[in-house]
Amino acid sequence: MNTFGPMWLSIQLALVTTAVLVVIGTPIAWWLSQTKLRFKPAVQAVVAMPIVLPPTVLGFYLLILLGPDGAVGSWWVQLTGSALTFSFTGLVIASCVYSLPFAVQPMQNAFESLPRQQLERAWTLGASRLDAFLSIAVPLSMRGFVSGIVLSFAHTLGEFGVVLMVGGNIPGETRVVSIAIYDHVESLNYAAAHQMSLLLIGFAFVVLAGMFVINRRWSER
Amino acid sequence: MIHLRHKLSKRDFVLDVDIQVPDTGITGVFGESGSGKTTLLRCIAGLEQEGGLPAHKRNIGYVFQEPGLFPHLTVRGNIEYGARRAAAQRIDRESVVDMLGIGDLLERKPDSLSGGESQRVAIAAALLRSPDLVLMDEPLASLDRKRKDELLPYFDRLHDELSVPVIYVSHDIEEISRLCDHLVLLDNGRVAASGDLLDVVSRVDVPVLSGRNAGVVLWATPVDHEDGLTKFNFGDGDIWVAGRFEATGTPLRLRIAANDVSIARDRPTSTTILNILCATVEEVHCVDTATALVRLRAGNQGLLARVTNRSVRRLGLKPGDQVFAQVKSVTVRH
Repeated sequence: MNTFGPMWLSIQLALVTTAVLVVIGTPIAWWLSQTKLRFKPAVQAVVAMPIVLPPTVLGFYLLILLGPDGAVGSWWVQLTGSALTFSFTGLVIASCVYSLPFAVQPMQNAFESLPRQQLERAWTLGASRLDAFLSIAVPLSMRGFVSGIVLSFAHTLGEFGVVLMVGGNIPGETRVVSIAIYDHVESLNYAAAHQMSLLLIGFAFVVLAGMFVINRRWSER
Repeated sequence: MIHLRHKLSKRDFVLDVDIQVPDTGITGVFGESGSGKTTLLRCIAGLEQEGGLPAHKRNIGYVFQEPGLFPHLTVRGNIEYGARRAAAQRIDRESVVDMLGIGDLLERKPDSLSGGESQRVAIAAALLRSPDLVLMDEPLASLDRKRKDELLPYFDRLHDELSVPVIYVSHDIEEISRLCDHLVLLDNGRVAASGDLLDVVSRVDVPVLSGRNAGVVLWATPVDHEDGLTKFNFGDGDIWVAGRFEATGTPLRLRIAANDVSIARDRPTSTTILNILCATVEEVHCVDTATALVRLRAGNQGLLARVTNRSVRRLGLKPGDQVFAQVKSVTVRH
């Protein structure tokens, strides 16, 4: 069996998910860091829920939601003619929900530690809200972005339960590395399981160590 | 004239201001903490109320108490931030950099600057935005005495060379007396007095100025030097001040705090006080149970003396009395 196929699929999934999460997570994190609305804790709880819930619960409802009869799934079938479940696109959507808090929380923390006066200064110097966000908030929150990106990438890479629930085990489409390892262990093919597992361990180590090095560089400046 | 009209309610505080201030020179806004000084500035800048023209469209420079420079930009990047976003470049960059003495700092990062240097950069950034009005919110308050003294001459230069009107908030009457031409007194969100600085500070009926902040400001010209002292002439009299101030013919601004003026019925003969002026009592204003402010006139120059009510009774002070005012110390704007 090919070792690198599932690994490559996992990396692809993690890359796409991370990219999507930066795009949708940044405005959510910014909104949460700036809002004074009373229902902010409720929104925070919804975003943080995937940390607490077992992947099976999440996967179960995503399966229903994304399935051909589900609210999102049926609409997708009408639009494209194919189902979301047991497809790579479905996995991306599920991973985004699953990894959302890992992208949002570090960014939100970084935005919240930004002194409000810095933004106000930028406005009085002629910067619009968006301009001040891009020219001041984003560069000063780079650590939050790096943490958010690395964590959502790593978390998606290590995902198992949700993928199994909504994606199944289709080679080349939804068979990511964690599921391939599970299969190898099931069929007592320990050699292949070792190969993939060690690869994953090494990869995780390199990514996390890289993040900590970057963070240290940043705090030393 | 600039018309300032702002109304704002925040929990148990109401700001209600409707005044005209000059569109040249520095207008000081003075008041105790909680009087609404900063809130007024924030309203003018568009940082306070929702709605209205957003801050970035108002073309108003703002200098905060803490410099708050952008840490990821160099000094050059910081001062160009506003300049790049300005609708029109009406202020020459080189002259601002020179005036504030930051030419050697341009390539540095903000975290390597001292507090005074950072504040000078923040002022340059606000000016290079080419604003129609500059607001300064206690720009010296976060600095220690030494740094403050280092920075004050730059404000003198701003005052003398800058054509943009400035509104300068402070709770330090010395600072205001030195820098400002016009004075607005705020008391609990309302304007207690507004007018020419020299007039407003000599009033005795304004509560915010009747305590330890009372004092007068006058213009006087250095004319002579002796024993390390300088003799200043203020039209109707002379006054000796410790230190050497060159007699260039230009009048300087002097401040005489009411706490430093005492009153005697007869001309004191053996006293350490150098400056004894003949004066007429104009008004005795009771401040509280213990103290009173006495407004005096020496020739054409008004003076304020802060004395106890007991002394007022003992000397029987009343308007029209001829007395001697002893001036213990004088502050000079260098």
